[in-house]
Amino acid sequence: MAGRAMSFHVIRRKTVNAVMLSLTGLCTFIAAGTLLYILGYLFVHGGKNLSWDFFTKLPAPVGETGGGMANAILGSAKLLLLATAIGVPIGFLGGVYLAEFGGNTFAYVVRYVTDLLNGVPSIVIGIFAYTLIVLPQKHFSTMAGGFALSIMMIPIAIRSSEEFLRAVPLALREGAMALGASKSKAIWTVVIPAAKNGIMTGIMLNLARVAGETAPLIFTSLGNRFWSPGWEQPTASLPVMIYTYALGPYEDWHQQAWAAGFVLLTLVLAVNICARLILSRQAHVPR
Amino acid sequence: MTRNIIRVTMAVALLAGVALAEQVLINCGGATFPYPMYSKWFDTYHKKFPTLAFNYASIGSSGGIKQVTEGTVDFGASDGPMSDDQMKQFREKRGMNVLHFPTVLGADVPTYNIPGVKEQLNFTGEALVGIYFGKITKWNDPELTKANPAVKLPANNIVVVHRSEGSGTTYVWVDYLAKISPEWKQKVGVAGSVNWPVGLGGKGNEGVAGQIQQTPNSIGYVELIYAVQNKMSYGKVKNSSGVFVNADLASVTAAAAKASATMPDDFRVSITNADGKDVYPISSFTWLLIPEKIADPTKKKAITDFLKWMLTDGQSLTEALDYAKLPKPVIDKEMKAIAKIQ
Amino acid sequence: MAASTTPAIKGRPLGRAQSFQQRLRAGDDLAYIVTLAAAAAVLAVTALLVYELYVHSALSRHKFGWSFLVTQTWDPVAEQFGALPFIYGTVVTSVLALLIGIPLGVGAAIFLAELAPPGISSGLTFLIELLAAVPSVIFGLLGVFVLIPILHKLEDPIRSVLGWTPLFQGPFYGVSMLSAGVVLSLMIIPFIISISREVILAVPSDQREAALALGATRWESTWDVVVPYAYKGITGSIFLSLARALGETMAVTMVIGNDPKIVTSLFAPGYSIAAIIANEFAEAPGEMYTSALIELGLVLFALTIVINGAARLLVAGTSAKEGT
Repeated sequence: MAGRAMSFHVIRRKTVNAVMLSLTGLCTFIAAGTLLYILGYLFVHGGKNLSWDFFTKLPAPVGETGGGMANAILGSAKLLLLATAIGVPIGFLGGVYLAEFGGNTFAYVVRYVTDLLNGVPSIVIGIFAYTLIVLPQKHFSTMAGGFALSIMMIPIAIRSSEEFLRAVPLALREGAMALGASKSKAIWTVVIPAAKNGIMTGIMLNLARVAGETAPLIFTSLGNRFWSPGWEQPTASLPVMIYTYALGPYEDWHQQAWAAGFVLLTLVLAVNICARLILSRQAHVPR
Repeated sequence: MTRNIIRVTMAVALLAGVALAEQVLINCGGATFPYPMYSKWFDTYHKKFPTLAFNYASIGSSGGIKQVTEGTVDFGASDGPMSDDQMKQFREKRGMNVLHFPTVLGADVPTYNIPGVKEQLNFTGEALVGIYFGKITKWNDPELTKANPAVKLPANNIVVVHRSEGSGTTYVWVDYLAKISPEWKQKVGVAGSVNWPVGLGGKGNEGVAGQIQQTPNSIGYVELIYAVQNKMSYGKVKNSSGVFVNADLASVTAAAAKASATMPDDFRVSITNADGKDVYPISSFTWLLIPEKIADPTKKKAITDFLKWMLTDGQSLTEALDYAKLPKPVIDKEMKAIAKIQ
Repeated sequence: MAASTTPAIKGRPLGRAQSFQQRLRAGDDLAYIVTLAAAAAVLAVTALLVYELYVHSALSRHKFGWSFLVTQTWDPVAEQFGALPFIYGTVVTSVLALLIGIPLGVGAAIFLAELAPPGISSGLTFLIELLAAVPSVIFGLLGVFVLIPILHKLEDPIRSVLGWTPLFQGPFYGVSMLSAGVVLSLMIIPFIISISREVILAVPSDQREAALALGATRWESTWDVVVPYAYKGITGSIFLSLARALGETMAVTMVIGNDPKIVTSLFAPGYSIAAIIANEFAEAPGEMYTSALIELGLVLFALTIVINGAARLLVAGTSAKEGT
């Protein structure tokens, strides 16, 4: 092409190239920028409103300032504990099944249904927990809320357990069996420990996701302005408090909602960052 | 590390289960209209009797009615008395009657947020009906300007705010509108939740107040205390004698004067648009909905004790929150009615 | 895996090896049964969920039949319920979220996969993926206090540019379908970016190189060769995001205005299925009302299944990431 001037066509293509590529950069800038801006806003605003009271006091009567969200923090902890206690064993064992005994039609059906369950909107799961637990028991409870959250944990627990178990090299399994271990012993003593990191981080990520769920709690664990004893009573929880306070007219409530948002987000992000770091480190370890 | 995590979680679980086993938790819920009052009462009562905790969920009057009918709360609360149908449903579902106990008197006030307008506006009943029908769309509509000759009302569009969920505050409001306008009564009706011709929905009195604060040129109805606590502007309303009255303790008490003399045994009355020149026309009693029979004796004692306290010491706390006390004849009648709870 | 008992030879006790084997098999059986039960539990729970939804919406289904899906009225007093305003709101806000999210998301994914230096690419992607973990209620919080005031400021510019279309008519109150759509788009962009980027990165480099060798510009090789190759995965990510947007509850209900009307203007308030269930479920008096709300839940459930199913078909096997 030496000596020939660039045709109009080529110039046009080059311009389009430059324009479109810059546009993609712009897209990234807008997307990342907006998201980071709102995160930053939350951290600044929320951090400003944190106080010792927030972590230790119960909510004040409506209209009065002060008070905190101590019961909501404990409530969320209890709900998550219950959700993990129900959801993780089922999810993990189901994942073991799919990874170790799967391959047949039944396993295919289970995978399909798991994805289905994963896609169910959280509010619908809330309805389910309400009809299944709240109505027959005739009261709102931590139990119902924990159950709803556990259903949300199960699909992810199954899929992530299965993936990490599958990722364990066949050689390890075969080695164990060659040494005389039965299949179940091989799974229990060799495969699972090998996938341990991945499975733990899977649980952590799962927890972080479910910690922020509000919709299923609105009509299962409802809310509580006091401490909630045991598992059979309604309980306050961080996400529901954020929702209630954000929509109210009281400036004090707004501030507390920001503080709660800060706490929730910090926990969620911290868990996510930890999990990812562990996973990425594991990926680099030669096997 | 894992072992420590397990230890911590078990500690939490134990704490959660055991530490508060002593406390009697009574679940109640419903109207947001008296929520500031109830939360103050329950907080005070809890300080007096630390083992008793009344957990009130402010989910709206319809929620209170529904949950007490289902039995998912120990008692409910509503500013719209249960209709005969609803009481029948309660009987069918729970096998007993439900009792209404008035607690305080309150008022629905028209709250607004008009940039540049700081004065208190006068609203005729017709103006409120027109606004909520969507027929009066601008703030400088003649119906509004003629009642407020001294105020410079802008030509902005009115943003109507109502409740998004079933509410006794709504009930009181539409009960009033229906008394002013037969057209409203026929087309929209009177209930906790109606098919609103126009407007945005806010959740609870809190949500409506919050929405109005955030939205310029808006108007909505909230219980008096919400407007006062949040320093929001609210208007006077024209009563049946033609006087524009401000909602306050005196005018709300006046609204109940006639009704308390002729209070029916089940305490269900409507006092909107009552006669009298000092009367605030959008006033209402608000009730606790208590099942006739309470199985758990500890809870029953706690509830009946609370009722007695509410009718005596509790009444002295109402005025600080701009709720009017119950008239004496009503209190006396209620004290006797407490015996109906078994 | 049936445990067949080894027949004992009469008179001769089984050797140690045999009983050890039996014990092993029993352990295997136990493992099999326990894990199978867990897997089956998932099926049971899902079946139960569908059952409960179906049964508890019976009153409403019998009264309204299929017309429920196309009726506009939502009148609790007259007990006339129709799902159309909510389906409309759900679909409109989700479509708006996609219209904003797809160009931004795919554009950013292209940039991060093709153009950005690896360090920046993985760093930014890490941050963006973190944002996928932000809970919905926090987006709602930000929507109410940050986004809506910004939109109020942008109202006049938007109106002056697009005010002639029926989409931007009428007064703007802050809470609106526009706000809900924008908040939703912020929530789905991280997913679109993350999945699309992975899929684009997975395209074999010989495709790119072949295009470049033939004289294509960078953009042409990306847009005309790589992206079509990754098309299925990208579309899958879009469908997954759509499914998420349809079911999104908290962020939407805090900014949509809660008005069950069908209006073309995006400035107007609206209502979505998830939002009305969240607002009214705990307080719906009357069996018919509750049943209608549960039927709405059933409709939403069906919608998300269809979309998720389509997404699964598209993403199947292309990416290593778990769905959502």
